[in-house]
Amino acid sequence: MLARLAASALVLVLSCAPPSAQTAETPPAGRKSGFDYMGPDSQAMQKDDLSNPGMLGVLDGEALWNAPAGKSQKSCASCHSDARDSMKGVAARYPVFDEAGGRPIDLAGRIGQCREARQEAPALTREGRESLALTTYVGHQSRGMPLAPSTDARLTPFRKSGEALYTRRMGQLNFSCAQCHDDNAGGHLGSAPIPQAHPTGYPIYRLEWQALGSLQRRLRNCMVGTRADAFAYGSPEFIELELYLNWRARGMEVETPAVRP
Amino acid sequence: MARALINVPSKAKRGDIVEIKTLLSHPMETGFRTGVDGALVPREIINRFVCTYNGEVVFSAELFPAVSANPFISFTTVATDSGTLVFSWTDDQGKTQVQTAPISVE
Repeated sequence: MLARLAASALVLVLSCAPPSAQTAETPPAGRKSGFDYMGPDSQAMQKDDLSNPGMLGVLDGEALWNAPAGKSQKSCASCHSDARDSMKGVAARYPVFDEAGGRPIDLAGRIGQCREARQEAPALTREGRESLALTTYVGHQSRGMPLAPSTDARLTPFRKSGEALYTRRMGQLNFSCAQCHDDNAGGHLGSAPIPQAHPTGYPIYRLEWQALGSLQRRLRNCMVGTRADAFAYGSPEFIELELYLNWRARGMEVETPAVRP
Repeated sequence: MARALINVPSKAKRGDIVEIKTLLSHPMETGFRTGVDGALVPREIINRFVCTYNGEVVFSAELFPAVSANPFISFTTVATDSGTLVFSWTDDQGKTQVQTAPISVE
């Protein structure tokens, strides 16, 4: 009887524990990318452009960049010319504030917008092959540059809601992002290391997926894991989260396309 | 056609063992998975890979559904003469993709 009382008291204490020790942003010197948690084989795969399967997406993206599309018969290159110059550093500052929409827009969203409005082509499916390839190609042009999130003041409230989402418990398992990626970063979930939630290499080639995937796919993965109802691709929640996550990782090197296990 | 990344050292000394790495973009659909409608997605894999060096087969492999998407194949050969390496991947439909890479041997 006493033991049972003690047990229920413990449960009570646990469920009253504060959600997280605040969003303790890792100081710049201690920031780690998912790359640092990988084994030497996966690291070597990412570093060698002829072994990194994400580079197949970059090649695909390059072809799409130069291919005329839609009623306008314009290609991305018709307006933006050589992506190696014009797209340098672009992915490092996204998401940015979109004047037309009055809210932040991510890179895949911007590419989709250009596709429909300027090229007058059918919309790209989020997370479809073409959208991922173009995002990877544009992202790749910032590889090696530091993440430099937009400092537009209009983004601040959205970044704040991203931070709120990061610390909000969700799903049947009732976990917040922060409980794993701040409080227990560097630990393990089963056999998988828990990284610090610095999205430096997206879209990534994830070996488990055997394909390229966006940050949003990765976030949905985590949400399904906590048995939460995952946000839809391109939803405002995901873009706010991305704003906040990129802010946390500011100054870190862009790795697109990264390889992850 | 699918995209391929091929890593062949452009120069080698005669008699050297050279490492060759190939990566082909391919879904490698196993034939065991079901689609959203519950029906099996038909098998569609690369089932054969051959590499010839100046016409002579130096490496070949049979591939099966357990091989991952975007198969990465790496092997070694002895650099004998300058010439061309020809890589060919054949899929279940019988279609073959061919890529070549030059090698110069001193």
